[in-house]
Amino acid sequence: MISANTAMILTMVVPSLGAIAIALLGRWPNIREAATMITAVTLFGLVIRVLLGLNGGEFIYVEAVQLFPGVSIAFNTEPLSILFAMIASGLWIVTSVYAVGYMRGAGEKHQTRFYVCFAIALAAAMGVAFSANLLTLFIFYEVLTLSTYPLVTHKGDAKAKAGGRTYLGILMTASIVFFLPAIIWTYVAAGTLEFTQGGILAGNLAAGSATLLLFLFLFGVGKGAIMPFHRWLPAAMVAPTPVSALLHAVAVVKAGVFTITKVVIYIFGTDYLASVPYESLAVYLAGFTVVAASAVALRQNNIKRMLAYSTISQLSYIIMATMALAPFAEIGAVMHIAAHAFGKITLFFVAGAIYVAAKKSEISQLDGIGLRMPYTMTAFAIGALSMIGVPPTAGFVSKWFIIAGAFQLDNYFVLMVLILSTALNAGYFLPIIFRAFFKPESEPPVKAHGEAPIPMVLALGTTATLTLLFFFFNGPLLDLELTLIGG
Amino acid sequence: MLTHLPVLIVLGPLLAAPLVAVMRGGRWPWAIATLVTWFSFLCSMLLLAHVANYGVFSYALGGWEPPWGIEYRVDLANALLLLLITGLASVILPYARLSIRQEVGDDKAPLFYSAQLLQMLGLCGITVTGDAFNVFVFLEISSLATYALIAMGRDRKALTSSFSYLVMGTIGATFYLIGIGFLYVMTGTLNMADLAERLPEIQDSATVRTAFAFIVTGIALKLALFPLHLWLPNAYTYAPSAVTAFMGATATKVAVYVLIRFIFTVFGAPFSFGQEPLAEVLIPLAIIGLLSASSVSVAQPNIKRMLAYSSVAQIGYIVLGIAMGTAMGLTAALLHMFNHGLMKGALFMTLGAVAYRMGGTNLDQMRGLARTMPLTFWAFVFGGLSLIGVPLTVGFVSKWYLIMAAVELGWWPVVAVIVVGSMLAVIYIGRVVEAGWFQEPDNPERKEAPMSLLIPVWILIAANLYFGIDTRLTVDIAEAAAVQLMAGGNAP
Repeated sequence: MISANTAMILTMVVPSLGAIAIALLGRWPNIREAATMITAVTLFGLVIRVLLGLNGGEFIYVEAVQLFPGVSIAFNTEPLSILFAMIASGLWIVTSVYAVGYMRGAGEKHQTRFYVCFAIALAAAMGVAFSANLLTLFIFYEVLTLSTYPLVTHKGDAKAKAGGRTYLGILMTASIVFFLPAIIWTYVAAGTLEFTQGGILAGNLAAGSATLLLFLFLFGVGKGAIMPFHRWLPAAMVAPTPVSALLHAVAVVKAGVFTITKVVIYIFGTDYLASVPYESLAVYLAGFTVVAASAVALRQNNIKRMLAYSTISQLSYIIMATMALAPFAEIGAVMHIAAHAFGKITLFFVAGAIYVAAKKSEISQLDGIGLRMPYTMTAFAIGALSMIGVPPTAGFVSKWFIIAGAFQLDNYFVLMVLILSTALNAGYFLPIIFRAFFKPESEPPVKAHGEAPIPMVLALGTTATLTLLFFFFNGPLLDLELTLIGG
Repeated sequence: MLTHLPVLIVLGPLLAAPLVAVMRGGRWPWAIATLVTWFSFLCSMLLLAHVANYGVFSYALGGWEPPWGIEYRVDLANALLLLLITGLASVILPYARLSIRQEVGDDKAPLFYSAQLLQMLGLCGITVTGDAFNVFVFLEISSLATYALIAMGRDRKALTSSFSYLVMGTIGATFYLIGIGFLYVMTGTLNMADLAERLPEIQDSATVRTAFAFIVTGIALKLALFPLHLWLPNAYTYAPSAVTAFMGATATKVAVYVLIRFIFTVFGAPFSFGQEPLAEVLIPLAIIGLLSASSVSVAQPNIKRMLAYSSVAQIGYIVLGIAMGTAMGLTAALLHMFNHGLMKGALFMTLGAVAYRMGGTNLDQMRGLARTMPLTFWAFVFGGLSLIGVPLTVGFVSKWYLIMAAVELGWWPVVAVIVVGSMLAVIYIGRVVEAGWFQEPDNPERKEAPMSLLIPVWILIAANLYFGIDTRLTVDIAEAAAVQLMAGGNAP
């Protein structure tokens, strides 16, 4: 069997080769789709191999090339990395099945380009996950932005172009103006960029500078969608729904909060960060984003836009919990990376299914649709309950830990934010469930329809089930995380 | 032969130029010019290897010992630049065959190749020589050749652009000459190493300080430092594509090198930064040039002109690095000198390919390029990413060092200026990429550019990516060169 090091490098190589294969097989759609599936399954297998290596105590570190004296492109694995990699690669398999149904059902053009860019984006996500230092992470982070641009602007019309401009504009501005200077400043102050237990900045920075650096990172990682650098998320909703589902509910946004969490734990170090003045401002900012984004979501009629603002809100849960610096809250934050992924991808899958089956995209059109599309809307209900945080869904588990963390440090602000946002979430999700199942159709549809194509229903059923299973079977993840916090 | 390397680089083209000029048509002028250029490239590679291993290479022209004879003195800084000049020329000449045939015409093509050889040898000569007056001689050779080359452009404005460049360039060269004259009066020598030895005793004299001012100003004009850059946009826009590609990537870099040589080697950093207000003058001008040129770029309808203004901005980056006065800043400047040459060479050649098929380089002609000329379009995208400074490209390497140099000094406003410049680059490159990707082409029947244009373009794009990942060659040499230069005139 191959070594964990080799498997880790292959997680970036295999999707890249897959992209080439997909490009070459463009003329035979079924074989091309098979190529995507094979690549996705192989990738997941490789990630499992790395997980086994991590659990078995293998030493996992690969230095690829020295970019500058003292800083190289290097990869390693730790609990956060493997979590992110598993979520992204596992859900890619499901999304590929879904995408087949969606792209063919909606009659989208340029499908080869779509699948190729998807594969490249996944390779970049793996690079972000397994990076051993900030420079490597930055490189793959930028590749992720650039490779998702063709996906966001897939439709090629004026709206897609405008959405793409906002997307690229905000993300590139954040990266170039804030993130890159923050990284270089870190390098000049600490002499290294390696992710290290306990951080690398303690003792290397004046107190006021540390605050500034923290906020440079917070705003620089635009993919974390903390306000005011959040507008790229709703703008990216012009993309076809599989893109919104995997990339903007899972891979891209999780790359953002993953980066922020890595910076908090391995660059600053939780102990040092506690001593940085005005660190709690970060908590307040994230808390504000949670509530404000939920409030905006309440007023949206377009399903995907509502889900986009919900995502912004949920991402700030993670950021807020990370910045709260309580052990239980850290656990909750990492749990939420997984929980939110399962729930949100289900919701986006449903949005796409409704679009393909009924050609509807607005919430006001959803009256009575539960009777025509029972499986789809049940999955929606499960995903929505997960967002609200109701047992027995995944969202409940992470919320439990975050609340426990808030009590650990008597952080009443976090508590209030959680209560308020739970109410708001209920306010915009529950009415949809209600009107889908219990209100009669306002007008009969133009064309009678049933469920969406089978691949799509299969996919959303799978993720909804995962959302439920996570409630019961989150033990392994908890163990993984305890090594993170304990270390 | 190895002992004569520096002079061979210059001698080959010098002998070939008149030969090529009198040839009548056919492939011979192009073939001879290309072969001679490749020979010079080979020599510069050998020279770099030699200097990297054994230290400064000193060559006495004609066997006359310095400081009375002319000395060619090659250390790491100019070896790197020589590699860039000859390397770019080697890639651009094969490209020029078709491009020049279309833009200049078969009858004038031999004159093009002759002038191109003269320009290249002039630039190489400036780089390789250790004698201040010799710099002027080669400066005039390369400049006169450049004026002729620009005038060969298709548009009638090429003539006026060439003429105004001629006037400004001559003023610049004359300022430089006056400065050299003052130095000669005060020291009795023209050899740079000798000057470096003699100047410290007399550096307080008004003559020497005036000489410094004249030299820096004269070079600043050739460098296109704001506000002495007015000749550049027109000259770059109306010259033939192959000329802009070579000139845009090398001519200003050579002027940068001369500036560095005088500031650090001849006058020495303590005098230039300590006694003279060099940093106080250069930094504001560099910043204004950077920001204003980048902003103007955004609005240009002609993409070639847009890239010309972009070049003025990039010169601002390089001068900023020099003006920092630290080894890290100088490393960044030398790195960007090399990397920008690669970037702009690739981008201007890409535009030349567009001009070959589309007849021009306006934004209108870039519409739908992704569909009609995909290879050309993607070359522009990658070159543009390099200009923006995306990781894994050479642009990122330069940007990293530049920001690091500014952070080390604690110059946070300068960091802000550098990143704002990058953001503006995103906008002006993004504009072209959007037009090529989203808009419908005017004529969907257009074909891709011919292979002999595309292969040189992609060689340079590959170089952009290769040197963005394997930075050992550029970074190690730039760092070592910076250390050598900071040590001053008579470092071994």
